[in-house]
Amino acid sequence: MSFIHTLIKGEQGLFKSNSLTSMQKITLRFVVVGLLFYGFAVIEGMIMRIYEVQPIPGINTDQFFAILTAHPLVGIFGSTYSIVFGAFLFLVPFLMKKPLWSIKLANWTFLLITFGTLTFWGAGFISHYAPLYTLYWPLPADFSQFSPLGGAIFIIGIALVMVGAVFFVINIFKTIAYTPEGWEKQPSKALLASAIGLSGFKNLFRKNKKEHLVSLPVAAIARGTVDTALNAGIILFTGVLILVYMVGALIGCDLKESAIDALLYKNWFWWGLDLIADGLVLIFVAGTWYLLATLITGKKLFMQNIARAALFLELVVSWTVWSHHLMSDQAQPAILKVVSGEMVTAFELITQGLAFFITLATLWSARPLKMTNELKFLLGGLLGFALAVPAGIVQADLGLNRILHNTQWVVGPHVHVAILVGLAMTLYSAIYILLPILTNGAKLYRARNLPISISGHTLSVVSEWGLLWAWPA
Amino acid sequence: MVDSSLVLWGQTLVYTLYALAIILLMGWFGLIITKPGKRNRVSPAFFYSFVGFLIVLGVSIHIITYNTIPWASLDLNRDTIKADKTFNITVENHQFYLPSEKLVINCNDKVLFNVTSNDLTYGFGLFRSDNTMVMQMQVVPGHKNDILWQFDKPGTYTIRSTEYSGPKGISMIVKDAVVVLEKDEDI
Repeated sequence: MSFIHTLIKGEQGLFKSNSLTSMQKITLRFVVVGLLFYGFAVIEGMIMRIYEVQPIPGINTDQFFAILTAHPLVGIFGSTYSIVFGAFLFLVPFLMKKPLWSIKLANWTFLLITFGTLTFWGAGFISHYAPLYTLYWPLPADFSQFSPLGGAIFIIGIALVMVGAVFFVINIFKTIAYTPEGWEKQPSKALLASAIGLSGFKNLFRKNKKEHLVSLPVAAIARGTVDTALNAGIILFTGVLILVYMVGALIGCDLKESAIDALLYKNWFWWGLDLIADGLVLIFVAGTWYLLATLITGKKLFMQNIARAALFLELVVSWTVWSHHLMSDQAQPAILKVVSGEMVTAFELITQGLAFFITLATLWSARPLKMTNELKFLLGGLLGFALAVPAGIVQADLGLNRILHNTQWVVGPHVHVAILVGLAMTLYSAIYILLPILTNGAKLYRARNLPISISGHTLSVVSEWGLLWAWPA
Repeated sequence: MVDSSLVLWGQTLVYTLYALAIILLMGWFGLIITKPGKRNRVSPAFFYSFVGFLIVLGVSIHIITYNTIPWASLDLNRDTIKADKTFNITVENHQFYLPSEKLVINCNDKVLFNVTSNDLTYGFGLFRSDNTMVMQMQVVPGHKNDILWQFDKPGTYTIRSTEYSGPKGISMIVKDAVVVLEKDEDI
């Protein structure tokens, strides 16, 4: 059987696309496009690494910096957002045993993220728009180095992705709260309160505790979605602000540093952006670990009430940790550096450590387990965050940040290990466990190659770790 | 003051040992959960002990570094410490403008680098001759960006911008701009 035939019909012809529901189709689209963008980001990353060792013919300095700008955004918005949104648009209705509020809106989310990513990627590729470094969009920006028109198209691409994210948020909360046609009226407010964690918080002060109306994974998705909404708002606003600067540059009126306080803006930007890295990613990942552990073992989650409370705590923590990005900004008030930058950030060691322990304890309770693909990748995902979170705590330290800020330490042992090992392997585990449900039982293509994929991810830990030792040279 | 390369080396070693330990732990866990065991229940006491350990670890990391990394307290209290020497540096159009060609410092003097940006956000970092970094700070326009530092041994250091400010930013290098001498030594 040819590879193309297998690609269309599945291994042994078991993938029957005409048997799929609209929900299954849209979820698979998200996953496939998310994996394609992951491939984009991987190739870009390899090009940059090779270029840093020795310049590559055909890639000039401007192109290199354009890749530097696009690479993290393609990885986060194009790949991770696609896979996560697709999985959660499927899981929320699946776990709540009711249909998704709007398949149409889910399709719009898919289209906006896909074309938004292609737009900002294309704008960077053609116009070499490259003012970003490690996702920071500085203001004031130097438009003498970049085309404002290319920048405007770039921002429009990001805005499309953010509108897609807003549609995802609406769809998730509507699905939790709405009453499907012909159903008994659902307690919308109570469902939302349970999902966000308000009813659980009130339980702390009640004598007669109320039961949780939504399952733990749905609560995790809802809480991470709160951060997704806040982040979309901040990024959209910031995009408009940068557009104002660009229009100013185009009509010959440079707004420079006088128009907006650079430090205040930096605080605002990092508050919003940290809702991804220290907010929705950690919450979504913890929720996914809990779901995977219960699906793999068939057992109840260990200490599930504590796990639920920790997710709420993580949400609050994610709103107050941004200052660890400004530890090297000398004008940043010391109280913010110490309280937000060091102390609140250290809470992530506790919340993520709890999620790590609870997942392992749940797996332990079901011994002996078969070492399935989903279990292998789940353990890899847990290891990734066990390495990356402490690395983050180390750099969020007043003393160590002075010698670690903007170095390979941040990008290597923290960011790449968190994304390539922790997040990617967690998502792969979820994909492996959901694939039979999404494809009505299609067979996995050459499952024996999985160890190669796992060892590839493990090697990425070694390579990032190697950087750690190599960068002073 | 302890050289930052020693702190970096110690931190790298500690993290490497931790990384090895957690990789081995996960390897062991992956092996053990495929085998039947007698005690499958994890006791809540073990769980709460782990939570307590995380709290102690999270708090103690910063207490230990504050008391062992000398520039941490120097940085937090720099407004109340009198500098032996102050250098006012300006940055504009991707160029550093120094008060003199060489910034000459005596060993163990407390030196304040006060850097002002007139346009973009830049970085200010000092690098050894082997390109390793001594320290850095951000340089934000419209704000005071100052860092107090004490050099414990003679040497020559290069200034570089440590924040990306477009492709032009990579050429923001002033080679061998800072010279640290033994007291009473001539340049």
